Amino acid sequence: MTGHEALDSLDKSFKGKIQSKTEFRAETTYAIAASDLREIAKFCRDELSFNYLIDITSIDNFGEEPRFEIVYELYSMPLGVHLRLSLKVPEESGAVDTVSEIWPTANWHEREIYDMMGIKFNGHTDLRRILMWEGYPYFPLRKDFPLEGLPSEMPDVAFTKVTPLEGGPFVTVPSTATSKEREPRGRPPQL
Amino acid sequence: METRVTRSTAYDSKIEGNVIFTRFDAALNWIRKNSLWPMPMGLACCAIELMAAAASRFDIARFGAEVMRFSPRQCDVMIVAGTVTYKMALAVKRIYEQMPEPKWVIAMGACASTGGMYRSYAVLQGIDQLLPVDVYISGCPPRPEALLAGLMKLQDKISRERSLAAQKPMLTEKLEEALA
Repeated sequence: MTGHEALDSLDKSFKGKIQSKTEFRAETTYAIAASDLREIAKFCRDELSFNYLIDITSIDNFGEEPRFEIVYELYSMPLGVHLRLSLKVPEESGAVDTVSEIWPTANWHEREIYDMMGIKFNGHTDLRRILMWEGYPYFPLRKDFPLEGLPSEMPDVAFTKVTPLEGGPFVTVPSTATSKEREPRGRPPQL
Repeated sequence: METRVTRSTAYDSKIEGNVIFTRFDAALNWIRKNSLWPMPMGLACCAIELMAAAASRFDIARFGAEVMRFSPRQCDVMIVAGTVTYKMALAVKRIYEQMPEPKWVIAMGACASTGGMYRSYAVLQGIDQLLPVDVYISGCPPRPEALLAGLMKLQDKISRERSLAAQKPMLTEKLEEALA
C-alpha cells in the first residue's frame, strides 16, 4: 500500500463523513465531524497503518462559531505519510471523544489541551491539569484570557498576580506612543 | 649538667605572634563570609552557569562557597538560578524557610531578579516578591564571573554586618548590663 492508496481508501470508506479534503505540500488534511472521530481514527490506525500520533493541537477561533478546532497530526511509519484530521468543537459542548486508547500518547496531549484551552475529552481516564496546578481557575491559552494574566489564589499551593507590561513583551507597534499603547497584546481584550 | 625547669607563666612566648585582637563581629563575619554554603536553587539555564562556576575553570571554592548543599538545613545562601514559575514559587519559599539563620539570598539572572523575558501569567515577576534578596546579578544567563562578582558583593555585605547586636540582642544587653 502506498500513501495515495491509503488516502483513497479513506476517501472511499468514509465518503459521507469527510467534510473537506485539502492538500498542501503533499500533506493532506481532512475536516471531519467530532462525532466520527473515533471511528475514523481507529480505521486510520488499524487499516491504514497510521501508527504514530505526532501531536494534537487546539485552536481558539475566538469570535467564530464553532469556537474551537482540534487538529490530530498523524504519521504512518510504514508508509512515511502525514495525515491531518481536523474537527470543530462548539463552545457549548466543549468536549470531544478521547483517542487515548487508540494512541496512548494522546493521554498527555489531551490533558494539556484541557489545561490550556478547557476542552474536555469524553472517556479520558485521567483528565487532570498537566502544567498548571489543580484548582487554577482559568484556561490561559484562550483568546479571551489577557496576556498579563489574572490574579488567583490557592492557599498553600500557588498564587498568580497580574504581570506588569510596562515596556511590553517583545511584539510592539513602532510609534512614539507609550510602550503600553505600542504593545497590542498587552491590552485586555475588549469583550 | 643543668636541669631545665619549665614553669607555667602568664606569658607564653610560643604563641606570641599567633594571637590577634579584633572585634567579635569582625571575626564572626570573616568566618561566615569565607564559608558560605550555597543552596543551589537551579530552576533554568542559569543553573548551568552556576555549575560552571563550581567547576575547575572558575572554581567557586576560591571563595569558600563550593559546598553545594542539597539539604536546606545546611545552607547559608540560596542562589536562585533561573525562572521562578508560580507553580514553583511557594516551594522555593518553603526551602528558604527551612534554611537556618543567618541566611542570604542571591537572585541570579534576569528571571530570578525580575521575571526576565517571561512577562507571563505563569511566571513570578522576581523572587524578591517572596524572599529578601541581598544581591541581584544581571545577565541572561550571567557568566560565572558575574556570579563570582555577586558572591564577592555578598561577602562585602556580610563583613559589614553588625552580627552580634542584630542576631543576639539578649547577649549584648547582658554584656552592657555587666559593664555598667
